[in-house]
Amino acid sequence: MKFKILAAAAAAMMAAGPALADLTVPALNYRTGPYAPSGIPYADGFSDYMTLLNERDGGVGGEKINVVECETGYNTEKGVECYEQTKGQGALLYIPQSTGITYQLIPKASADQIPIWSVAYGRTSAVNGEVFEWVFNMPVTYWDGASVAVKYAMEQEGGSLDGKKIALVYHNSAYGKEPIRTLEALAEKHNFELTLLPVDHPGQEQKSQWLQIRREKPDYVFMWGWGVMNSVAIQEAANIRYPMDHFIGVWWSGSEADVVPAGEGADGYKALTFHGVGTDFPALQEIKSQVIDAGKNAGDGSKFGEVGYNRGVFTAAVVAEAIKTAQEATGNAEITAADMRDALENLEISDARFEELGLGGFAPAIQTSCAVHSSPRLAAVQQWNAADKTWTVLTDYMEPDFEVVDPLIEEDSMAYAQEAGIEPRTCE
Amino acid sequence: MLYREAGDFKTSYAKDNQTFPIRFDRWGYFALLAVAFLVVPFVINDYWASAVLLPFLIYSIAALGLNILTGYCGQVSLGTGGFMAVGAYSCYKLMTAFPEVSIVIHVLLAGGITAGVGLLFGLPSLRIKGFYLAVATLAAQFFLVWLFNKVGWFYNYSASGQISSAPRSVLGFEVTGPTASAAAKYLICLSFVVVMAWLARNLTRGSYGRKWMAIRDMDIAAEIIGVNPLAAKLSAFAVSSFFVGVSGALFFSVYLGAVEVGEVFGIQKSFLVLFMIIIGGLGSILGSFAGAAFIVLLPVFLKNVLVGSFGWATDLAAHLEIMTLGGLIMMFLILEPHGLAQYWRTTKEKLRLWPFPH
Repeated sequence: MKFKILAAAAAAMMAAGPALADLTVPALNYRTGPYAPSGIPYADGFSDYMTLLNERDGGVGGEKINVVECETGYNTEKGVECYEQTKGQGALLYIPQSTGITYQLIPKASADQIPIWSVAYGRTSAVNGEVFEWVFNMPVTYWDGASVAVKYAMEQEGGSLDGKKIALVYHNSAYGKEPIRTLEALAEKHNFELTLLPVDHPGQEQKSQWLQIRREKPDYVFMWGWGVMNSVAIQEAANIRYPMDHFIGVWWSGSEADVVPAGEGADGYKALTFHGVGTDFPALQEIKSQVIDAGKNAGDGSKFGEVGYNRGVFTAAVVAEAIKTAQEATGNAEITAADMRDALENLEISDARFEELGLGGFAPAIQTSCAVHSSPRLAAVQQWNAADKTWTVLTDYMEPDFEVVDPLIEEDSMAYAQEAGIEPRTCE
Repeated sequence: MLYREAGDFKTSYAKDNQTFPIRFDRWGYFALLAVAFLVVPFVINDYWASAVLLPFLIYSIAALGLNILTGYCGQVSLGTGGFMAVGAYSCYKLMTAFPEVSIVIHVLLAGGITAGVGLLFGLPSLRIKGFYLAVATLAAQFFLVWLFNKVGWFYNYSASGQISSAPRSVLGFEVTGPTASAAAKYLICLSFVVVMAWLARNLTRGSYGRKWMAIRDMDIAAEIIGVNPLAAKLSAFAVSSFFVGVSGALFFSVYLGAVEVGEVFGIQKSFLVLFMIIIGGLGSILGSFAGAAFIVLLPVFLKNVLVGSFGWATDLAAHLEIMTLGGLIMMFLILEPHGLAQYWRTTKEKLRLWPFPH
C-alpha cells in the first residue's frame, strides 16, 4: 500500500517536473545537519541572485531560470537521490556543493552528459579538460589554495619557510585530504615541516588536535574545515591562545558563521577567498532592494552580504553568464546540458563584464578553454575584524606555484584516465 | 474469505515444514518474485533504482545479517557500519587486484573476509554480554573506520582517500560503474537478496538457528542441554558478518560507486541498521525487509510529498522528515514492541478467520 502511494507521489512529481522547466538549475543545498552553518548562506545567495535575474530581466535571454532546490544534508546517498530525481527535469548543470558528492557524480554525470561545476572544491585534477570533459572547477582549486597559503606564509616570514613548522587541521574526508599532496610537495621544496591533524566528521571533537598544536607550537596552522568544524576549531585556537594571524583557513573556513561564535577570540583570523567581501556592489544592492526587501528571498535574509552568501551570488552570476554564452553560441534561448558544457568551456567573463553585471572588482576575470577547466586560479587572503564584524581583504589575488601544482594535476588526472579507461581528448 | 484453506492438507513432513505452509501465501510469494524479476526490470528508471530500490535491497541484506546476530542469537552489535566497510574495502581491493574475476565472486569473497573479521570481533562475546558487548562492537566500528582512513593500502593510496568502483559486467551486462543500466543494477542486487534471504531462512530454522535462539533465550540453560556457546556465538557472528559484508560490498560497488569510509560507513549506519531490525521485528526474516523498507522509503516518500506535492521549503521538509521518523519509531515501539513483523502476524491471523471471527 505504502508502495502504491509512493509510486503515485513519485509519478506525480515526475510528471509535474518538466512542465516548470525553463532553464533548470538544480541546487543541491544543505540547510540541515552539521554543515548547515556553511550551507545556508550559500544557498540563499545563489537563489536570491537567480530570483533577481528572473524579476529584473525576466531570466536570461528571455527564459526564466528555474532553481530546483534539493536537500542533501551534505550526505552522499541523499546527493545521489537528488541527482537522479532532478536529472530527468532537463538539468543544465550540477553544482554538488560537496567534494564527496562531486566525486560520486563525476563518472555518473559524464555518462549522462551533464556538466558538473564544482566551485573551488571537488577533484582538483578536473582542471585538465582533456581528461575531464564534463567537469569544471573554476575559479580556483584546493591545490592552488594550498600553494597560495604557503606563499602567503612565506611572504610573512620574509621569503623563507626554512625549518618552520606548518600544521594542517583538516576534515577527515576526500575534501580535507585534497591539499595534502600539494603541501607535501611544497614542504619538500621550501623545507618546512608539515604536521597533519585529521578531524573526523562532523568535527565537534577537536581537543586532542589542538592539544598537539599547543605542544608543538607550529609557526602556521592551515585549516581545511567545513560546517561546525570551523567554528569549533577557531574557538579551540582562541582557547589555547594561538596567534590568530598565523591561522589561515581555506575559503570554506572563512565565513561569518565560523568566526562569530568565537567572539573576540577570533580577531585576526585569516582565510583565503576568491571573491570580494561586503555588500558594496551594485548587484548586491539590487538584491537587497528588489529581492529581500520585496520578500522574495530564499532564506530569512539574515545572511545577506556574508561570505557564503556572496559566494552563492558569485556562483549564480557565473552560471547565468555561461547560460548567456550558450544562448549566444547556439542562437536558441532554450539550451541543453551539452550547450552548457560547451559554454563553460569557452567562458569569458572580463573585468569589464563583471562591472556590467554590477559586480565590478568582485572577482578576477575568468577565461576557460578546452584544456583548462579552471580559471583564473587566483586567491587572496582576508582577515576577520571581530570588533567591526567585518572581513577585510588583505592582499591582491595571488598566483599559486604553478611549477608545483601543474605537474601534480597532470599526474593525478592521467592516473584517473587510466583507472576509468578514458582516452584523453586533444584540444587544439 | 481471502484465505481459502479448506482442502489444503499436508501429507508429508516436508510439506508441513515449508516456509509458506499456506497455499495463498505461497502463491503470493511466487507472484511477488515473478513481478520483481520479470516486470520491474522493464519499468525501472534511474531514479527508482538509485533512490528507492537499490538502497532498500541492500539495506535488507544488512538487516538480515544483523537480525541473525541480534534477533536470533541475542548478541547486540553496533559494529554494522564498520563491517559493511570491511565488505566494501575488500571488494574494492579484490576488484582492483583481480579485474578479470567476476564481481559476483568478489562480492561473495568480500562477505567471507568480513565473516573472518566479524569472527575476530565476536570473540569478546564469549565473556561479555548485553550492553558491554555493544560497547565492544562499538570499538570495532571506530577501529575499522579509523583503519580504512589511516592505511593508504586499503584505498590504493588515492589522493582523496576515496574508493571507486570500475565498470564490471555479469553475463555481459554492466552492473557497476557509471554506465550500468538501472535494470542490471537492480537485478544483481535482487538476486543477491533472494539468495541471501533463502539462506537466512534456512539457517535460522535449522539446527544452527535453534542453537542461536537457545543462546538468546538463556545461555546457561542452552549450555546445559548441550549447545556449545563458543560455536553458536561465533557462528552467529561469522554468518551475520558475511551478510553485512555482502551488503557493504554491494553498497559500494553497485549502489554508490564511490565511497568515503567516514561518511558512508560511520556510526550512524550502525544505528540505522539497528533501527531497521528493531522496527521491523527482532528475530524475523520478514521483519528485516519491513524495517529496511520503512527506514529507506519513508524519508523519500515524505520528501516527495512535502517538497514535491506541497512545495514546502526543503529544509523544513528535511526537519519534518527526521521528526516524523522519530515519532513513528516511538509510536511503533510503544504500540507494538515486536515490530512490523508482529503486525503482519496479527493481521494474517485475523485475515485467515475473516469474515468469521470465531
